[in-house]
Amino acid sequence: MTAQVRKDGPGWIPVAAIAAMGLLVLLLALPFVALLARTSPGQLLARLAEPSVAQALRLSLVTSLAATAIVVMLGIPTAYVLATREFRGKRLLEVLIDLPMVLPPTVAGFALLMAFGRMGLAGQWLRVLGVTLPFTTLGVILAQVFMAAPFFIAPARTGFAGADPRLLEAAATLGASEAHRFRRVMLPLALPSLIAGTSMCAARALGEFGATITFAGNLPGVTQTMPLAVYVTLQSDLDTAVVLSVLLLVMSFGLLLGLRVAPGGWWGVRPRAAHPGSAPTR
Amino acid sequence: MSHRRSRCLAARVVLGALVSLVLVAATSEAKGPSPSLRVFAAASLADAFREIAREFERAHPGISVQLNLAGSNQLAAQLEQGAMGDVFASADQRWMDHVGSLSLIAGQPALFARNRLIVCVPRTNPARIERLQDLARPGVKVVIGAQAVPVGAYSREALEKLGRTQGFPRDFARRVLANVVSEEENVKSVVGKVQLGEADAGLVYRSDVTRALARFVRVFEIPDSANVIASYPIAVVKDAPEPAAAQAFVALVLSPEGQGIVRRHGLIPAAEGP
Repeated sequence: MTAQVRKDGPGWIPVAAIAAMGLLVLLLALPFVALLARTSPGQLLARLAEPSVAQALRLSLVTSLAATAIVVMLGIPTAYVLATREFRGKRLLEVLIDLPMVLPPTVAGFALLMAFGRMGLAGQWLRVLGVTLPFTTLGVILAQVFMAAPFFIAPARTGFAGADPRLLEAAATLGASEAHRFRRVMLPLALPSLIAGTSMCAARALGEFGATITFAGNLPGVTQTMPLAVYVTLQSDLDTAVVLSVLLLVMSFGLLLGLRVAPGGWWGVRPRAAHPGSAPTR
Repeated sequence: MSHRRSRCLAARVVLGALVSLVLVAATSEAKGPSPSLRVFAAASLADAFREIAREFERAHPGISVQLNLAGSNQLAAQLEQGAMGDVFASADQRWMDHVGSLSLIAGQPALFARNRLIVCVPRTNPARIERLQDLARPGVKVVIGAQAVPVGAYSREALEKLGRTQGFPRDFARRVLANVVSEEENVKSVVGKVQLGEADAGLVYRSDVTRALARFVRVFEIPDSANVIASYPIAVVKDAPEPAAAQAFVALVLSPEGQGIVRRHGLIPAAEGP
């Protein structure tokens, strides 16, 4: 895993690699091109105003932003502790955090029902407090937090772990408290990774489908986010489904592109290869 | 460094195990018992068709039946997109007509069963529903099928009809629909939400209340005058990979034996009145 880049002359790509890449690019790009080819910008804009589209778009934006905010707030301390401390059960905790990345979302939704549903383990108590999660927008946000959190925590953790220990030591020698070091040294150093994690998390939350429909249900304006609306309209109103799909595609593309551009371009941070013995970025 | 290397090794071992697992699964899939008959059946037919499939496999050794169970609209969409199927059994005439209009079926579809709508509530009855009128009470969490799913369309129709029935408020349908907390993508999802106690009430087919489910729910009948009788047509798919077996499967469904299975699972056999 340590980066040992062999330099066989810059800009030279083996033919086999070109063929493999070409095939992969074709496989990945063709469906998106096909989707885009089905609609025109004019039609897209005209349909944006349609209540069903606007409603799903608004709900998706609100829920994924809220979910991302929650993940970032809870994720930064978690990632910091995971990056800087060793403790019993840490491996187990890491696996637990990563689990939603590989778990089928429907299973996650079902598990959420078992926990936070009306008859669920915690749901019974929440009910006493007057909090209902299934069939509510809050439930959508919870499902998105559950599914998207690892996509923030993994890069955030790598960012914290990659902070040059010499800088931290220097700060410590100068008498900075841990809180102070965290704020003035760690956070700025890890910022590119935190931004990357935030976009990944937002993109995952935006695309969440399985856990949402299982846990929160499907009701326009309340729990029917864009991916759910695509699924439902696919059978009855193909044009709307296409418009919603293209919107999702554009938004996700924008988020991921922003992620690629942001760390190097906006913050001027060099790739981490400069740090001896640091962990790989991803 | 050595710590990292050992982790790297562990990762490789895990990756290797996964790859071999996939290979094993793929090869076992490939050499599975052939030929297989692909039956696309509405979700509400799940239990009945599982039994019919077992019966079919017993009568036709060497042929295995693969059931593709989903909302009829989804099955129709799959066939439309070129999915390989042999038999299509829909929960309403609409989606059978739809695939028929695209010349995707061979011959005439045959009606093989009917179904009734009922209202089911969790056994614990959290909303204290004692009669159908209670569905309109504000705050009752009602779950129905989405409009595009047959059960969703039938449910809306039945609610409209109840609104014209004596003893029900005229705006019954509107008030119940205002209570809807989720429009599920197939009837089994509606059942699931009620069984789990998350919904206060759901509109489903009587056949969905299987013996296993009956322990968890209470059923309220919808009177005949307002009930919508779902009809289930079945047809052989045009260009079916296994046309002969497909014909035999349809024949089994329509035979006294198949109709007996249909009845045992809460559906109404085609020959009988509703």
